[in-house]
Amino acid sequence: MSENKALNTEKETSVMLEVKNLCIQFGGLKAVDNFNLTINKGQLYGLIGPNGAGKTTVFNMLTGVYKPTSGSIILDGLNITGKHPAQINKDGIARTFQNIRLFKEMSVLDNVKVGLHNQKKYSTIEGILRLPRYFKEEKEMDERATELLKVFELDGEKEQLASNLPYGKQRKLEIARALATNPKLLLLDEPAAGMNPNETAELMNTIRFVRDNFDMTILLIEHDMKLVSGICEKVTVLNFGQELAKGETAEVLNDPRVITAYLGE
Amino acid sequence: MKKTTKNNIVTCGIVLVFFIICSILSSAGILGSKLSGLLIPIGIYIILSVSLNLTVGILGELSLGHAGFMCVGAYVGGVFSILVQDTVTSPIVRIILAIIIGGIAAAIFGFLIGIPVLRLRGDYLAIVTLGFGEIIKSIANNIYITKDINGVHFSFAAPVADIDAASAVDIFKGAQGIKAPQDTTLLLVVIVLMISLIVIMNLVDSKTGRACMAIRDNYIAAQSVGINVTKYRLVAFVISAAIAGVAGVLYSHSLAVLAPKKFDYNFSILILVFVVLGGLGSMRGSVIATVVLYALPEIFRELGDYRMLIYAIVLIVMMLFNNAPYFISIRERIAALPFFQKLKPKKKAVGGESK
Repeated sequence: MSENKALNTEKETSVMLEVKNLCIQFGGLKAVDNFNLTINKGQLYGLIGPNGAGKTTVFNMLTGVYKPTSGSIILDGLNITGKHPAQINKDGIARTFQNIRLFKEMSVLDNVKVGLHNQKKYSTIEGILRLPRYFKEEKEMDERATELLKVFELDGEKEQLASNLPYGKQRKLEIARALATNPKLLLLDEPAAGMNPNETAELMNTIRFVRDNFDMTILLIEHDMKLVSGICEKVTVLNFGQELAKGETAEVLNDPRVITAYLGE
Repeated sequence: MKKTTKNNIVTCGIVLVFFIICSILSSAGILGSKLSGLLIPIGIYIILSVSLNLTVGILGELSLGHAGFMCVGAYVGGVFSILVQDTVTSPIVRIILAIIIGGIAAAIFGFLIGIPVLRLRGDYLAIVTLGFGEIIKSIANNIYITKDINGVHFSFAAPVADIDAASAVDIFKGAQGIKAPQDTTLLLVVIVLMISLIVIMNLVDSKTGRACMAIRDNYIAAQSVGINVTKYRLVAFVISAAIAGVAGVLYSHSLAVLAPKKFDYNFSILILVFVVLGGLGSMRGSVIATVVLYALPEIFRELGDYRMLIYAIVLIVMMLFNNAPYFISIRERIAALPFFQKLKPKKKAVGGESK
């Protein structure tokens, strides 16, 4: 127990993501105002708030889809503010989407292999001419992708088109694809949306498994409070683009201000 | 991967067998001279439609300017061949050099046009490529190149002035086009066709092809997994243009005279029809659709004016058969018959079968 704690405190000394004074303005609307966030390595962090609070906007800034008006984002000591999405992924942030965005006309296996794209170095010419490196690296990609699919129990469906998977499996495939890019930080945008309680419980196990076995830091947006209180160690609550509360999950969820924001006066 | 490789080999086999049978039939005199004469253009059109399929089917961008890239290849390669006609006397060496030069020229045009065009998406991209295709045709329409004792003269919009009339040879005469040496042979067309097919199919079944299809299926998700969207769109667009240029070189060397007005937007649309009817992303489909749709009007030539009517009906029926839900359900019912089940390989192939 004490050893565990010592490990935890050691982990806490190293910060994975540091967001300072992040703002974004669309015309006259301040969608996110003065947002601060610190996530330690290996932490499972929740970002919650009512609809329209700006949670996905924060994700979009973290992944480079939107350029913040001001503020800074530091990932593992590297300033990634305002970089392009592809570059930010290479720097170590992978994400899933609120409305699932798979490569629908491609097989399940190919979806994950696209995620492995930047880890293999053979060039277009080598691919066309089928030089030895093509075969070697394609084989490695197949193996790695199958391994990842096994984790999510999708290896039985790897030849199917992604769009033919049932909803819950599509969510899992998106996580598998994100993990294939070998990120340091994984962002999950409402992973439990549209799932029944059983699927949600299964998803919680999967997320914990990913954190433990892939040594991952995870930031997730979620409306399902059971999931949030079940797996998140810390949460930040956003309301109208501003931080309402932050801290230990149990404390924050019992905060009267948070309850008011969710349920109204 | 094994399955796609097998499928690709089958596609190449179909093409080879088709051309071998046709050339045997034509040398035996069964095919008739009119149909035999169609083999070279069919081969060239197949090269065009598979290269366009790379842009439209794999990259997912509707390009309406494909004839423009073909035009660049045709004239650059053609002018080169005319210029070196006296120094390089071997037709095979000459046309191989012309193919390389024409392909590179079309690739350069593809790159230059791709930079602004690929900033756009969807309908806007389609319209801008249409514009560039027309620009290339119009420029070609106004080029005059003449060779005389002093060297090569070039001018825009008017025949070259002050030349040494006694030794002048017209190479490129504006709207009248060029008269390239007829170096294209059926064997060469089939070889180039096989190379193009293999290049494109290998490209599709590699990291690069997957990146392109990922961009096609979901632009934002592709970026989020670290795909450099601009780079891969440009790579596919340039390769597609280069292969169209190569087809252009073969084309200009197969005709006695080639005028720029041939490369209007109708031509681009024609190729697009082959690609769409063959199935987006399916190289085998492009091959078959090209052969059927190109040969059809020629076969029905005796019917006179009715042939275009038949052509149109075939287009509509093929389109319905490919896409209408009713026809798809009929097709599935036929495929579910015990007889067809026996023909099928044990494991049910899902998706990508025709890729």
